[in-house]
Amino acid sequence: MAECGASGSGSSGDSLDKSITLPPDEIFRNLENAKRFAIDIGGSLTKLAYYSTVQHKVAKVRSFDHSGKDTEQDQESPYEISVQEEITARLHFIKFENTYIEACLDFIKDHLVNTETKVIQATGGGAYKFKDLIEEKLQLKVDKEDVMTCLIKGCNFVLKNIPHEAFMYQKDADPEFRFQTNHPNIFPYLLVNIGSGVSIVKVETEDKFEWIGGSSIGGGTFWGLGALLTKTKKFDELLQLASKGQHTNVDMLVQDIYGGACQTLGLSGTLIASSFGKSATAEQEFSKEDMAKSLLHMISNDIGQLACLYAKLHHLDRVYFGGFFIRGHPVTMRTITYSINFFSKGEVQALFLRHEGYLGAIGAFLRGAEQDNPNQYSWGENYAGSSGLMSSSPELCPAQRARSGTFDLLEMDRLARPLVDLPLLLDPSSYVPDTVDLTQDPQARKYWLDCFEEALDGVVKRAVASQPDSIDAAERAEKFRQKYWNKLQTLRHQPFAYGTLTVRSLLDTREHCLNEFSFPDPYSKVKQKENGAALKCFLRVVQALDALGWEERQLVLVEGLLAGNVFDWGAKAISNVLESDPQFGFEEAKRKLQARPWLVDSYDEWLQRLKGPPHKCALIFADNSGVDIILGVFPFVRELLCRGTEVILACNSGPALNDVTYSESLLVAERIAAMDPTIHSALGEERLLLVQTGSSSPCLDLSRLDKGLAALVREHGADLVVIEGMGRAIHTNYHATLRCESLKLAVIKNSWLADRLGGQLFSVIFKYEVPAL
Amino acid sequence: MNTLAQRKRRPTEGVPLLRLGYRGGDDEDVSGPSEGASAEGVRRDRHGSYSGPTSVSRQRVESVKKNRPLFPWFGLDIGGTLVKLVYFEPKDITAEEEEEEVESLKSIRKYLTSHVAYGSTGIRDVHLELKDLTLCGRKGNLHFIRFPTHDMPAFIQMGRDKNFSSLHTVFCATGGGAYKFEQDFLTIGDLQLHKLDELDCLIKGILYIDSVGFNGRSQCYYFENPADSEKCQKLPFDLKNPYPLLLVNIGSGVSILAVYSKDNYKRVTGTSLGGGTFFGLCCLLTGCTTFEEALEMASRGDSTKVDKLVRDIYGGDYERFGLPGWAVASSFGNMMSKEKREAVSKEDLARATLITITNNIGSIARMCALNENINQVVFVGNFLRINTIAMRLLAYALDYWSKGQLKALFSEHEGYFGAVGALLELLKIP
Repeated sequence: MAECGASGSGSSGDSLDKSITLPPDEIFRNLENAKRFAIDIGGSLTKLAYYSTVQHKVAKVRSFDHSGKDTEQDQESPYEISVQEEITARLHFIKFENTYIEACLDFIKDHLVNTETKVIQATGGGAYKFKDLIEEKLQLKVDKEDVMTCLIKGCNFVLKNIPHEAFMYQKDADPEFRFQTNHPNIFPYLLVNIGSGVSIVKVETEDKFEWIGGSSIGGGTFWGLGALLTKTKKFDELLQLASKGQHTNVDMLVQDIYGGACQTLGLSGTLIASSFGKSATAEQEFSKEDMAKSLLHMISNDIGQLACLYAKLHHLDRVYFGGFFIRGHPVTMRTITYSINFFSKGEVQALFLRHEGYLGAIGAFLRGAEQDNPNQYSWGENYAGSSGLMSSSPELCPAQRARSGTFDLLEMDRLARPLVDLPLLLDPSSYVPDTVDLTQDPQARKYWLDCFEEALDGVVKRAVASQPDSIDAAERAEKFRQKYWNKLQTLRHQPFAYGTLTVRSLLDTREHCLNEFSFPDPYSKVKQKENGAALKCFLRVVQALDALGWEERQLVLVEGLLAGNVFDWGAKAISNVLESDPQFGFEEAKRKLQARPWLVDSYDEWLQRLKGPPHKCALIFADNSGVDIILGVFPFVRELLCRGTEVILACNSGPALNDVTYSESLLVAERIAAMDPTIHSALGEERLLLVQTGSSSPCLDLSRLDKGLAALVREHGADLVVIEGMGRAIHTNYHATLRCESLKLAVIKNSWLADRLGGQLFSVIFKYEVPAL
Repeated sequence: MNTLAQRKRRPTEGVPLLRLGYRGGDDEDVSGPSEGASAEGVRRDRHGSYSGPTSVSRQRVESVKKNRPLFPWFGLDIGGTLVKLVYFEPKDITAEEEEEEVESLKSIRKYLTSHVAYGSTGIRDVHLELKDLTLCGRKGNLHFIRFPTHDMPAFIQMGRDKNFSSLHTVFCATGGGAYKFEQDFLTIGDLQLHKLDELDCLIKGILYIDSVGFNGRSQCYYFENPADSEKCQKLPFDLKNPYPLLLVNIGSGVSILAVYSKDNYKRVTGTSLGGGTFFGLCCLLTGCTTFEEALEMASRGDSTKVDKLVRDIYGGDYERFGLPGWAVASSFGNMMSKEKREAVSKEDLARATLITITNNIGSIARMCALNENINQVVFVGNFLRINTIAMRLLAYALDYWSKGQLKALFSEHEGYFGAVGALLELLKIP
């Protein structure tokens, strides 16, 4: 009832094959710095976890040293950039077939530099069996960890840290996966682990869980009984057989007894009345396929029924399924989902996990790493280093399987700062950052995948250009191209590979891939140059604004915000203009803007609001460097400050495209303060606060924001949120509902999107929203 | 036929439906061929008026007067695997009655009561016979007969051959087969079935049978020390407070009902892992051909060779979760291993199948009892016939996993309640 992995004795995964050559550049990355190990050995798969530090190149900005050598400085540059090494923490998880275990242990031994590690946490049914081998090979003491404890710890960890971890499986949908947005409170839930038997565990808090029941009819029953009935030895082959069979030849259905449906009991005729009920005869031979199918239905239905009974008894509606019986097999996910729907009449949802196979290894790792307090940090899935769902599924991804065997990877970066919900979200549990779910919209999906593929050349070019002094920049850029191109191809075939596919995830994946090949900030020089140019115009723009009457000034300020937003290297149409015409100026951008009434235009309501009392505190999410932040956002901030509104200006923690980073914003603010007394005093009096978002994405997930930012928002009682730019206000958050007033503004710089929204290129979105009382 | 069909749509009008006049019939094998169909007068009243009997015996007139249906009194329950038939044999027939009893009726009575087996598959469970029962003012014995559902066509054919339709009796039938074979009864046997709800019949049957006892003994029983073969005792249970009651009917499949009063009950759930699954899997795994054979093999087998126990995984109890080492962790779990597959006997497999299905039913029943807040669980159905292993296991599992909160109860006439309920419906006994 409680076994996690199947006994391996029946599988083919026993014989160790030392002749296997591993693809080392893809697996066991950063092994040199690996310091903690954990291993989960199941019946056929081994999952290895280790913690490592990764050296990253990061572009740091800092003020020039004003002590002397001013003459040597480029007059255009407001600050200097230096590329530095930064060390970040990363969790690596590798899943491979047990056949590889010895080869893998040898490989680890040969490459392990760090000698501080003395212990390896081990869990899973096979941990005992391979204990001696591990101790001998790695010279590490094996610490056995309780299977279920590890599983639950792992489950909590992925539910909290990986967006779109859980999904529903929908039989007739395309794609069949429907991902769940992360619920801020993951507890309580039911975990039904279907290993050789079934364990049903109720999880109430991080540390409190209880085995509430189980069943002996599980994966082992399917496998064992299936092997007896069909003479087919392997689990996967049994599933294959089952997917081809007709259970109605073996099962006695309601219609076999009633001649049709059973109306008085409301049972449909095709319902199974008695599993294997037709096989009670010596006269007939039954096909292997039919018997396997009948067995699959019998077991899935039984588990689903018990899970529903337990869920009902404990008043739980979130039920996660895991274990080797489920592990990414569409066949079993389908039958379990059917069963849960049937028995719960839709009241309970069967949920599956993208990283279900890693739960034990993650949990074992966390057990061993408790002194590092991994649960105090926020973690993020690294899209560049993770294989994605069903990477090793032969039906879905034959090419990938051939390339890297059945090695599946998951990498998680420890984020520099803990992330939390924006306290101003109306309903955090129903908040979905992304506006369009590309997994559900094949047309949009095709467009955006094409779009990112076409833009790839430009990104590669820019990456190379950003590092003129590097000898291997071209080579690394080429590797980046290959990696990202592969990701895009994977996503074409499996849009669900990393959860819900969105423009945001495509952008983030690109950033992760760039980072992977040490292009931490390809736009650093561009941003530097643009910031320098824009700073020079700041005073003129502010003076012009001050000369205007109040009402006129409000409109020009908003136009300035919008015009600044036109400068966006992320949008294809604009990067063309900017590259071919560097003189393209602020005023020209304003002229490009759609004339009022805008595509979405609630400016009049906004103006009316401005005539009322000032806001207490505005939270502004800035977008681009240069003109946008300096000539668009800062004058707007200045006006708010003058009205008596405090301002929290939030910029990205890390670079993404030409978005202004927090450290750049500090320098820019410092330069502006030197010119403008309003900004100067506001900074000094902490009426203007610069904060970081905790993110390095061109988009904005309001459910994963820097904890410090959230604290400030609470402390200052922010009552206005301003979100600008396509990435933050259209691709994400367009439908976000806040508890306070909000302004979402952007210029649509993509003709396809403009078309979709019923506008044209450079159409303006100005959405002012007041929460319903 | 039209009139017949129309009339029969009013099933509660039991008495006026009777058609009288019967001649011929013989005392031969139920499933055997018969020339009865060609007997003179067989279809005499086929299209005739139902209210105008042409030949009425005194007994029959009396029955009608007393608002009592005509003999024979049958209750039929046609399940997925077995047909259950209960027959009331009147023992208070006066000489006069006997003399006037139509020949065919007499032959039915004699045939059913003087045999214990009918054809190659029909069996009368003599040990279950209820003696000296009073039903509708008549004293008699209640007989319990079963035969496989796949012999239904032969049974219907026999009804035709013996010209049952001329007896003008009402055939009260329940179970899925009442629907499935309705048309065959009508077209082949010229018999209109009075279809009755399965669960109504089941509950009425149980309550009635429990009330009349078992020839002076208790109908309901339980096991004390079910896990201990030395100390295990079957003890009578007085079902004086029957409600609420969880009723688990294990036929080919399983239905679970929560019963709150005679008329207030609901079907909680069901499972397809039932008696049919046990027998079906046993046939596939062992090549056995009868339920008795499957059980006999199971009685000699050792399921621990087939199943993976908690102790096989953890070396003993899994204390973290309070799981005893003897608990089955994975049914058939050892069969993932080739060596172990080669080392088990058919008897072991039969035993494991029995244990798997039984444990699972126990588990689902226990969860339903918890959800419905009911603590007495009555297991009925033909899966339990001569199946002491299953009953003791159910008793033990329920007691162990509920920490003594739940009691598993059984009933002597385990599989026949539906048929009894159908008979009661015929007699309008509430």
